[in-house]
Amino acid sequence: MIWDWGYTFEILPVLAKASIVTIEATLLGFVLAAVLGLVFAILRMSDNPYIGIPTAGIVEFIRSTPLLIQIFFIYFVFPEFGVTLNALTAGVIALGLHYGTYCSEVYRAGIEGVPRGQWEAATALNLSPYDTFKDIIIPQAIPPVVPALGNYLVALFKETPLLSAIAVLELMQTAKILGSQTFRYTEPITLVGLFFLVMSLVSAAAIRALERHLDRRYAR
Amino acid sequence: MTSNDTPAEDMPMVRFDGVTKRYGPLTVLDELQLDIARNEKVAIIGPSGSGKTTVLRMLMTLERIDEGVIWVDGEPLTHMHRNGALAPADTAHLRRVRGKIGMVFQHFNLFPHMTALGNCIEAPRRVLGLSAAEAEARAVELLDMVGLGDKVQHYPAQLSGGQQQRVAIARALAMRPKVMLFDEVTSALDPELVGEVLQVIRTLGSEHDLTMLMVTHQMGFAKEFADRVCFFYAGKIAEQNTPDAIFGDPQNERTKQFLRAVLDAV
Repeated sequence: MIWDWGYTFEILPVLAKASIVTIEATLLGFVLAAVLGLVFAILRMSDNPYIGIPTAGIVEFIRSTPLLIQIFFIYFVFPEFGVTLNALTAGVIALGLHYGTYCSEVYRAGIEGVPRGQWEAATALNLSPYDTFKDIIIPQAIPPVVPALGNYLVALFKETPLLSAIAVLELMQTAKILGSQTFRYTEPITLVGLFFLVMSLVSAAAIRALERHLDRRYAR
Repeated sequence: MTSNDTPAEDMPMVRFDGVTKRYGPLTVLDELQLDIARNEKVAIIGPSGSGKTTVLRMLMTLERIDEGVIWVDGEPLTHMHRNGALAPADTAHLRRVRGKIGMVFQHFNLFPHMTALGNCIEAPRRVLGLSAAEAEARAVELLDMVGLGDKVQHYPAQLSGGQQQRVAIARALAMRPKVMLFDEVTSALDPELVGEVLQVIRTLGSEHDLTMLMVTHQMGFAKEFADRVCFFYAGKIAEQNTPDAIFGDPQNERTKQFLRAVLDAV
């Protein structure tokens, strides 16, 4: 038999521990992406061309280069400029930056979807640009784009195995190490795949639930 | 307001001095000259595309003007004094003078994620710096005045169009403006809801010291409510007079045509 249950139960606790690193990288990376995305989106919409155009350039640049190269760059090239980061931090920053640019497009669509009359009412009430964004625009721009942001959360999660390239001890790296020690790859790699499958399905369900909650809350 | 600006009681509340607005090659308003006295109620009528809504939008600073100066309460709105001359206003100046003006929109533009109360306390708290208790007391009083004292916790989606528009009026009043602008405020309403909104405006006009400027298609209301009616045609005031004179004995051929068309439709 190809599948060894004994070996499976032996490596399960090791992989379970590694999955915590994967989840950690996912959540930290996504929080960074969600925040950076909003910052990118707002800066990009700035009336000031000295802010809007460079931001657009940076966003396009990050979006158009592979995530793996960015991970390598931050981990191996940043130290040349005196910025030395541990592997997990470098990986989280790369994930956050890369997905931040995707999220910024989502936010932009959400912000542009807010009717012009809302901006005009805010102006007529003399609200500052900051209060207008914080209290009027953002609360209306975010709920409709939660599903799209959720999709990026799942996508980011599925890209965390790339961090194995800089030896972050997440699931994939751990499975590779286990495989190379015992020359049995079937169980660890299959288990890792299953874990991603289950977590993706659970996340998708959670996002749908959140979506329904927001629909009720912000029903027009 | 400012201490160094002399209160100009003899100045009109609002003055458009040679104001021109263009969209590309199209001149929407052509050297508009219009004074509105303190507490005066002015109705603006005219065919669509005559520039009448643009007048309100420029005064609310929703549109930039291309030429001329708009004055509010004795000081320039679109410009500021700098080295003895008038220079284009900066953001801080614009915000300060704009605070004297409130506006009610055709499509209400209420904040859908806030209750009626929330809509009315947002700006007083953030802009005027009122405490939550002060802002709420003021909002409840105003919502009461527009007949919605029992609806303060309702969201806009739970209110009829007429109720939403009354919330919008209360929201604008909560900022204690000196000038109120009404931009076709009944045009988006079902006919049976028009009356309740007009009644609120009527009460406002009689019980409060407010300068009011309204763009309207309700000729009956303009006739009864306004001190003066301005008929706009092709970016200019073609004729202005008391409601009785405009509706009873229009002089301008365009005015006659317009009134015939509008009154026939009723």
